[in-house]
Amino acid sequence: MNLRTSLVLIALTGLIGCSAGESNVERGNREGILYFGNGTEPQSADPHVLSGSPEVNLAVALFEPILGRNPYTLAIEPGVAERWEFNEDRTAVTFYLNPEARWSNGDPLTAEDFRWSWQRALNPAMGNTMANSLFVIRGAEDYHYGRNPDPDALGLHVIDQHTLRVELSYPNPFALIRLTYIYTAPVHRATIEAHGKSTDRYSAWTKPGNFVGNGPFTIDDWKMQRFVIVRKNPYYWDRDNVALNGIVFRPIESSNTEEKMFRSGQLHATTTIANTKIPIYRQQPEPALTEGPFMGSYYYMFNTRRPPLDSLPVRRALALAVDRETLANTVLAGTAIPSANYVPVGMPDYTHPAVLGFNPEEARRLLAGAGYPNGEGFPDITLIYNTLENHRSVAVAIQQMWKTHLNLDIEIANQEWMVYLDTLENRDYDIARMGWTGDIYPGVFLDRLVTTGTSNRLGFANAEYDDIILNQIRATGDAEVQMALYAEAERVLLDEMPLLPIYTYTNKFLAQPSMEGMPSNLSSMINWKYIKLDPDAPAWKWTSLDP
Amino acid sequence: MWRFISGRLLQAIPVILAVITVTFFLVRVAPGGPFDSEKAVIPEVKAALEKQYRLDLPLVQQYTAYLGDLAQGDFGPSFKYPGRSVNELIGAGLPVTAELGLYALLFAMLVGSLSGIIASLRPNTMQDYVPMTLAMIGICMPTFLLGPLLVLLFGIELEWLPVSGWGDIPGDKLLPSITLGSGLAAYIARLSRAGMLEVLSQDYIRTARAKGLPEWQVVGKHALRGALLPVITFLGPAFAGLLSGSFVVETIFQIPGLGRFYVQAAFNRDYTMILGTTVFLSTLIVFFNLVSDVLAAWLNPRLRTQYASKS
Amino acid sequence: MSADVITDIEQAEEGTSLWQDAWVRLRKNHLAVMGLCVLVFMIIVALLTPWIAPYAYDAQDLDLGASPPSAAHWLGTDIFGRDMLTQIMFGGRISLAVGFIATAVALIIGVSYGAIAGYVGGRTDAVMMRLVDILYALPFMIFIILLMVVFGRNMLLLFLAIGAVEWLTMARIMRGQVQALRQQEFVEAAISLGLPPSTIIRRHLVPNAIGPIIVYTTLTIPGVMLLEAFLSFLGLGIQPPQTSWGLLISYGAETMEEYPWLLIFPGLALTITLFSLNFLGDGLRDALDVRGSKD
Repeated sequence: MNLRTSLVLIALTGLIGCSAGESNVERGNREGILYFGNGTEPQSADPHVLSGSPEVNLAVALFEPILGRNPYTLAIEPGVAERWEFNEDRTAVTFYLNPEARWSNGDPLTAEDFRWSWQRALNPAMGNTMANSLFVIRGAEDYHYGRNPDPDALGLHVIDQHTLRVELSYPNPFALIRLTYIYTAPVHRATIEAHGKSTDRYSAWTKPGNFVGNGPFTIDDWKMQRFVIVRKNPYYWDRDNVALNGIVFRPIESSNTEEKMFRSGQLHATTTIANTKIPIYRQQPEPALTEGPFMGSYYYMFNTRRPPLDSLPVRRALALAVDRETLANTVLAGTAIPSANYVPVGMPDYTHPAVLGFNPEEARRLLAGAGYPNGEGFPDITLIYNTLENHRSVAVAIQQMWKTHLNLDIEIANQEWMVYLDTLENRDYDIARMGWTGDIYPGVFLDRLVTTGTSNRLGFANAEYDDIILNQIRATGDAEVQMALYAEAERVLLDEMPLLPIYTYTNKFLAQPSMEGMPSNLSSMINWKYIKLDPDAPAWKWTSLDP
Repeated sequence: MWRFISGRLLQAIPVILAVITVTFFLVRVAPGGPFDSEKAVIPEVKAALEKQYRLDLPLVQQYTAYLGDLAQGDFGPSFKYPGRSVNELIGAGLPVTAELGLYALLFAMLVGSLSGIIASLRPNTMQDYVPMTLAMIGICMPTFLLGPLLVLLFGIELEWLPVSGWGDIPGDKLLPSITLGSGLAAYIARLSRAGMLEVLSQDYIRTARAKGLPEWQVVGKHALRGALLPVITFLGPAFAGLLSGSFVVETIFQIPGLGRFYVQAAFNRDYTMILGTTVFLSTLIVFFNLVSDVLAAWLNPRLRTQYASKS
Repeated sequence: MSADVITDIEQAEEGTSLWQDAWVRLRKNHLAVMGLCVLVFMIIVALLTPWIAPYAYDAQDLDLGASPPSAAHWLGTDIFGRDMLTQIMFGGRISLAVGFIATAVALIIGVSYGAIAGYVGGRTDAVMMRLVDILYALPFMIFIILLMVVFGRNMLLLFLAIGAVEWLTMARIMRGQVQALRQQEFVEAAISLGLPPSTIIRRHLVPNAIGPIIVYTTLTIPGVMLLEAFLSFLGLGIQPPQTSWGLLISYGAETMEEYPWLLIFPGLALTITLFSLNFLGDGLRDALDVRGSKD
């Protein structure tokens, strides 16, 4: 019986459950199999098609980008490339690939694989919504937007089988971070082309049996809405450092169900946890809750093209009337970091511009000055948000704050996700909730708000801002200077206040004490290579607390 | 009888066709496309996607192309899950929902009919009040209340039964089936009781009793048919109700069934999945209504002659 | 011969109408009367809520948060510190309104439709019921989303949408009943007497079919209320800041371990109301059952 069969049997037995009453967690600890609650069913395992976090969690087990990342320090590590060198003026970087790097079917991984894959990822016909990760490559943006259809114009040069030279679109000290993202992972050309056109989104190449990847794990079995089982890839160059034998991804949409499954020992780790359960978990004597900040910003968007929100004092008034501290401590159970800045709190090496936080008197003064003393005559506007308990809680609380401090009656309404996106696309809103998650790099948050930014739904158009982002920052290769410029851009943004920052996100999930290697980090990323299970440890037990 | 059945089968075809057509055009009118996402899709990429999924063709052409595929049994690719066809999704979800529905139905019919009949035999006594009050609870408690309560009691507090899944752990099919079936059981209990009472008050029952027939024969042979008739009539809509109830139950217990897929598809604007599931489910509903009518006709011979003479 | 005797005979000959008979029977059914009283109480409270609610509907106390029942808040508070008793009272207004109005819509449409189909029979019946089948098979969720989008989100639309879905079953039941009744002698007699179909339907078929219709109506109201709850939760029905019992139950179910009172009290309110409706419906059915009133 080979490893594959025995692994599948082990995992399936874990799922079917054995009458001895051993939980998934305990068996998994013994056998090196991790049970992970993974949100919604992954749409796809093709790294050039996916965009959501359940898909990312799966894909980072199956593929390895050219560079890796340490989940504790977020430092860049060797991935497929064992080392890399910038040129003199940092306009290009040369990657030296590990000659041991192989695909899961034994084929060697070459520089040509990367050139082909990145071109595929940028190909407009692919419909890759995360292609911007590769815009660090010279010519990539033009190619992706169809301005220059010649793939050879991309700044990618295959020097030899294991050497790849990448010309950068501008000297960007953060370029390498982008190349650690799973969206830039290489894909196996022969496998893809055996199952259809290279740009087919609908193709069977990721199915178990067909799948070929270069990551620490490979697909073993995939039953829709039930599980995805991955097992250790025997050809992975760093396999000796991979402690797990396999991972079972369970798609679980409801955080309540996920929490119950964790409690009954069916999962090693969850993706999230409901706010209302957090106080209880914080009090548990044996810790199972992992919390920590990460780079994500929660804010309300103003439609600056619609009165009365076209008036700056009105927007400022609304912003100053929000008591973020109370919101974070009460409704959000301390799981959010209140912030009146758009770029998340805790962004390393970054100094936020100063902003006013909560000041109801000033807010009232501004509102009166704008022509609505004590809220009189204020037109009917609506705050919309997408259907999710958290968003509702925030909206209800803020609506009341606007009533209490400004005497405004602002309606709130929720919309389900698809309708919501449509509404935002069409700019058919007054105030709308939005969240943006990113990385330890302010550009992720600020670059997109230039006038021509495709995800700029604020109607925000500021020439000074555009100049800073598009010209000044790209002109300098100095990281410190760039950071200062980004802070300046944020100041310009917040002066005009097209959005209302509310808080910085935090990671919050449950993790068995018998598992290590899944810390909370600022990028909210998982690196499965680091996960270790304690073979003798029991499953975590819930302790009933006296009220 | 056969004329009746075949007549109804023939009538079913335009129904299904109408369903496909109406759904197809309704779905297109609803806002939100399958490719909307937070990182807004640039026009060029969106155009490429639309081309791939035939969304750039005029609506009528899309429709006829779809009908053509349908005739070959191909429901098309899913928009939400690239790489999966709708056939695959339905194939994955259907057996699960069917099994869940079957268990729920069995539970409902068994428990429901029995309670209703027992209650009708001694109206306005404890034998009547107890089952009917339980039935009332079954009706009044929403599934999304009953389910979590059962989970809390049996899954968390007592730890007797698993909290989620289907086929993963022995015993995890029990709670979902009961949750889904309880509402239906309550309806059936009341309906069969009402039907029983009406039948029992008929003259021919009096006659049978006067003739000295044992009670069980009176009830079993004569009354039962009449009691079951309203239940049978109700089975058609009951089936539809089970399907919509299955979404809630499948969500609470994390069961990978067609009900859950279906509503997810609606929210995702997964056009082909919505269409495919609708066609599938409507075919099933039509079929089930037919079976229900046939059974009703069989039980009530007078209806049969009416249909036979008119068809 | 005294005046008393003559009076008695006159009174005896006066007789009682069907509805008076029914009322007498209903009064004897204690559960039904209790149900009626509770229902009336709920309705009165719902109507008077804006004046008798202990707190303002939107009065939040974020620092208090969710707290169990206390002297200040008899039924506790929700996560925003809002008084639950107030929430339940306002929620009841909406829930009851949706329940009654939507059911009324379904009733009127469904009964008329089913009666006509069942009475006329033949081809017309076939066509009408095929139409019902078609509508039944339509993806309900899409239909509602579409309506909400085209006409905007408002309560009137919600009533119509729910009513438009519920009438189908009503029609099927009515049709089944009418079909069975149509075979009865008294109907054939009425036909041979030359009575117009509308009179027959109105005077003979509907009253005789009323038993199952009432039972089903009282079963529909809770169904409607639950349907509204589910829709509201998905964002398609009642919107915050308005609330309904269904919405309150949905929120409560999520936090039932930590804050059970958020679930129990709205759940009780809904359950008691539905119990009342059902007991009342049962009582009415027994009271109005024409065939059951021998001698």
